[in-house]
Amino acid sequence: MKYVDEFRDGEVARGLAAAIAQEAHPQRNYSFMEFCGGHTHAISRYGVTDLLPPNVRMIHGPGCPVCVLPIGRIDLAIQLALDRGVTICTYGDCLRVPASESLSLLKAKARGADIRMIYSAADALALARAEPQREVVFFAIGFETTTPPTALVIRQAKAEGIGNFSVLCNHVLTPAAISNILESPEVRQYGTVPLDGFVGPAHVSTVIGSQPYEFFAEEYRKPVVIAGFEPLDVMQAIRMLVRQVNEGRAEVENEFTRAVTREGNLKAQRLVGDVFELRRSFEWRGLGEVPYSALCIRREFAAHDAEAKFALEYRSVPDNKACECGAILRGVKKPQDCKLFATVCTPENPMGSCMVSSEGACAAHFTYGRFRDIPLVAAEG
Amino acid sequence: MCLAIPARITQKLDGDMAVVDLGGVRKEVSLALIDGADVGDYVIVHVGYALSKLDPEEAARTLALFAEISEALPPQ
Repeated sequence: MKYVDEFRDGEVARGLAAAIAQEAHPQRNYSFMEFCGGHTHAISRYGVTDLLPPNVRMIHGPGCPVCVLPIGRIDLAIQLALDRGVTICTYGDCLRVPASESLSLLKAKARGADIRMIYSAADALALARAEPQREVVFFAIGFETTTPPTALVIRQAKAEGIGNFSVLCNHVLTPAAISNILESPEVRQYGTVPLDGFVGPAHVSTVIGSQPYEFFAEEYRKPVVIAGFEPLDVMQAIRMLVRQVNEGRAEVENEFTRAVTREGNLKAQRLVGDVFELRRSFEWRGLGEVPYSALCIRREFAAHDAEAKFALEYRSVPDNKACECGAILRGVKKPQDCKLFATVCTPENPMGSCMVSSEGACAAHFTYGRFRDIPLVAAEG
Repeated sequence: MCLAIPARITQKLDGDMAVVDLGGVRKEVSLALIDGADVGDYVIVHVGYALSKLDPEEAARTLALFAEISEALPPQ
């Protein structure tokens, strides 16, 4: 496919790998966090880690909306479906996220709940429009990329007066999560997570632009390079980060110029601003309560806000004690540091959220990297 | 989750809708979140909505930069 295949060329990757190896000073270490799950997946799938010199290390970030969704939010959706007979529509990624009482949306469906997997927010609205007797709730998750489509269907529902359609909003914000990581004791105080820069989000940035990251570069002196989700994009971004570190710069650079501008998509931003406002606080799996890190629906659209409509009350639920998703999402631990990894916790039967989505650090390592940890032993003959 | 793919607009339909071509697969998507997209343009599609137009000149520039890097590589 055009604009995809060219950015996966193996020969060019070899060239970029050589350039990175040449530019990285052997006497120092480089640690970069790729914020997005999309980058985590690309790095694992295309073996980018193996193409980097040993002193350039990638740390997986919390930019996977499925991974950071806390149990309590999924419990709300399951309650609505099982106890109130509501039809829950959601993106496929959410269905297997572990919730309370060993449930997930998929297991709730097996118990008779009406749970529908949809491709687009518009599908949920179309269902509500076609079947007015059915109460339809769209369980909306995602970062800034996925928020504008949700805003659009809420506005549309209001305009058309579709009274049986509402949204259970779990939309979260990228800059708030980056701030939280930079302010975490592991980064600021103990230095247990060395962090020399960020590979910035691809598609989130098409919406919000590159401008919101300038604060991190200036205030925290951390370089940010926005990169596309193809392997060559990631490698070029790593090279640009190595250069910034070598030259003592901390700037926002944009590798993904073919889709990202400094301002972003102003039309989408305006729409999101019209429909949503900042939530005072939101719980993230791994990061805990993060102030002003998520969106809720404005009062004008309360008729389409499932939390208001069904008087839902959020209850925080602790994760499985042995699960290390929290530490993995903060970059403090690696998937293979978790006792559950690849033993009881697998993509078929995930215990923690990082094993659910293919973008989760655990699922990516399980699928593409888990045999790299096992040393090769020559067979005796 | 934020997965999105570049697709070419092949036909514009009523109500901000359009047909796009994704490597041979045709799909109806919404153009409601962007302005000024036309037939032949590449757009980045996410959950059925075009999020931004792809700038072919910038793409060519990035690819040219990659080509330069691999040409500078000593032959193996």
